[in-house]
Amino acid sequence: MTNEANPILEVKNLKKYFKTGKGMLHAVDDVSFSIRKGTTLGVVGESGCGKSTLGRTIIRLEPFTDGAVYYEGENVFEYNKKQVREFRKKMQLIFQDPYSSLNPRNTVYQLIAEQLVVNKVYKDKADLENRVRELMDIAGLAPRLVNSYPHELDGGRRQRIGLARALSMNPSFIVCDEPVSALDVSIQAQILNLLMDLQDQMGLTYMFITHDLSVVKHISDEIAVLYVGQLIEKAPSDELFKNPLHPYTKMLLSAIPVPSLESRSRKKEIIKGEVTNPIDPKPGCRFASRCKYCMSKCTEGDMELKEIEKDHFVMCRLFD
Amino acid sequence: MSSIAQNDNILEIKDLHVVYETDSETVYAVNGIDLSLKAGKTLGIVGETGAGKTTTALSILRLLPQDIGKITSGSITFNGQELLTLGKSEMQKIRGASISMIFQDPMTSLNPVNTVGDQIYESLMLHNDEHKSKKELEERVDAILESVGIPKTRKKEYPHQFSGGMKQRIVIAIALACHPAVVIADEPTTALDVTIQAQVLAMMSALRDQLGMAMILITHDLGVVAETCDDVAVMYAGEIVESGTVEDIFGHVRHHPYTEGLFGSIPSLGSDAKRLKPISGLMPDPTNLPTGCSFHPRCPYATEKCREEKPEARYFGTHFVACHLITGGEPKNDE
Repeated sequence: MTNEANPILEVKNLKKYFKTGKGMLHAVDDVSFSIRKGTTLGVVGESGCGKSTLGRTIIRLEPFTDGAVYYEGENVFEYNKKQVREFRKKMQLIFQDPYSSLNPRNTVYQLIAEQLVVNKVYKDKADLENRVRELMDIAGLAPRLVNSYPHELDGGRRQRIGLARALSMNPSFIVCDEPVSALDVSIQAQILNLLMDLQDQMGLTYMFITHDLSVVKHISDEIAVLYVGQLIEKAPSDELFKNPLHPYTKMLLSAIPVPSLESRSRKKEIIKGEVTNPIDPKPGCRFASRCKYCMSKCTEGDMELKEIEKDHFVMCRLFD
Repeated sequence: MSSIAQNDNILEIKDLHVVYETDSETVYAVNGIDLSLKAGKTLGIVGETGAGKTTTALSILRLLPQDIGKITSGSITFNGQELLTLGKSEMQKIRGASISMIFQDPMTSLNPVNTVGDQIYESLMLHNDEHKSKKELEERVDAILESVGIPKTRKKEYPHQFSGGMKQRIVIAIALACHPAVVIADEPTTALDVTIQAQVLAMMSALRDQLGMAMILITHDLGVVAETCDDVAVMYAGEIVESGTVEDIFGHVRHHPYTEGLFGSIPSLGSDAKRLKPISGLMPDPTNLPTGCSFHPRCPYATEKCREEKPEARYFGTHFVACHLITGGEPKNDE
């Protein structure tokens, strides 16, 4: 990936393996990409493809195996403990499940104030209170909820608390890990609109992890497709949906149920089989066993991500 | 079940009311719904969490939580037979054999300590009216597993040895084991990845056609409905606010504001709209439903009339809408 247009985050050859009883699990395997400031990179893939691990490793919530992550030019994998603590203020994570990611014994006030208190941001209690109220307002939480507990609130409101918490330290980069998957569609749309408004107002950069392709198209500037730990295609959002190149991306797009009458007559391409085992994967393309274009050279050697058109990268032997 | 003509309703629900009663409060889960399922067709029930979709399904099978969930009025008929007055053992004969259910979460709906073969066998054995031998039933288990795309050699394995998609195939195999006339699928693919969802939905449609079953598909995904259903009912706060054929619901006619809102909330793959048009506010509290039209607090077009009067259902051929704004058509007729 080129250095053009000041990337806020650059990931280079990132690897994250887990040791298991059966061998090395390749959760993230040699992934490289960059995100420009103020934009959203959507990361899509099926369960177990390594999307969440990727997000967590980048912000140093998981120890890395190999590679580097540059944030504003500095390698965050070389940070010491104190530097990591500073770095975490700028990097935040919104979790998938608003039901289990909030401490049930804390009130909304305590939850939102937590990071501000831990980092001793305000000396004066009144300032802290003002900041919490301001954050509640930004996240669209009514002031009367300040003393409520999470169990009294619905999923959408809980996710708003998660968002207010993430915003409390004025971050510049937020990893959103399936933030709307647990919500009903009408509430999901409210949260998506809020995330996009906040990006415009505060110039936030998002890495948006999801399995929902229509959500990712809506919110992303660029999209990266992961398959069994590897980044197999990356392109600007519109380009990816108009002109998907990798056979897996093509089938993934055709598998989305479309809410229109035209979709009834559409002939679907259904992928056979299931995701291959990420433990000690075989050489060559990891999609080979499910791919109808599979050739003999697909099961040999290391795969490479190639730029086929401007900004459109793909990892597939069909484009050699 | 072949005695019924194609157009007859195999399952009919009339004016069903269901409440959940606890010491402290009463939840009005289903408030007077009418539904009919035609033999061999698929009816989609769409709505958000708490709309009463699953409660409706559980009422049909009489599986509401004991002592808490109560059907206060209404009727449910299957092949002309009233289900709500049936005794316990009669209901057991219908459950699993004539009407069966596919549950939402394949991870928790299988018994972890029994092999998958035994779990399919159980359903066949309980409804073994023809007194088939054990060997014949085992052969049937093999055939069912193969029909859902699982090699019969795996029948001695336990649920944890299967992936999520495979587990859902097993749940489907159990539901279809006795060739039911009606299958109720409650969010059968919500827990699955899109590619696996496409596999499972295609398989379900194929089996439905092959076995001539009717299906009720409960989902919140309008895309799934468009691709698999013949008829659709949109539920909100325990009521059906709009129903019709797929062409009625997805076609360009006047819709209920809630249906409109649901469509506005989905990010579209086709258009480039930069902002979604969500429905404002939240689902109403089912212990304290709003007066008049239950959607009025969230409706952008609500008037004084909507706050006070319950809207009357209007029929436009197969299309049915309950909204004050939509006039014309024919009033509901109870033949």
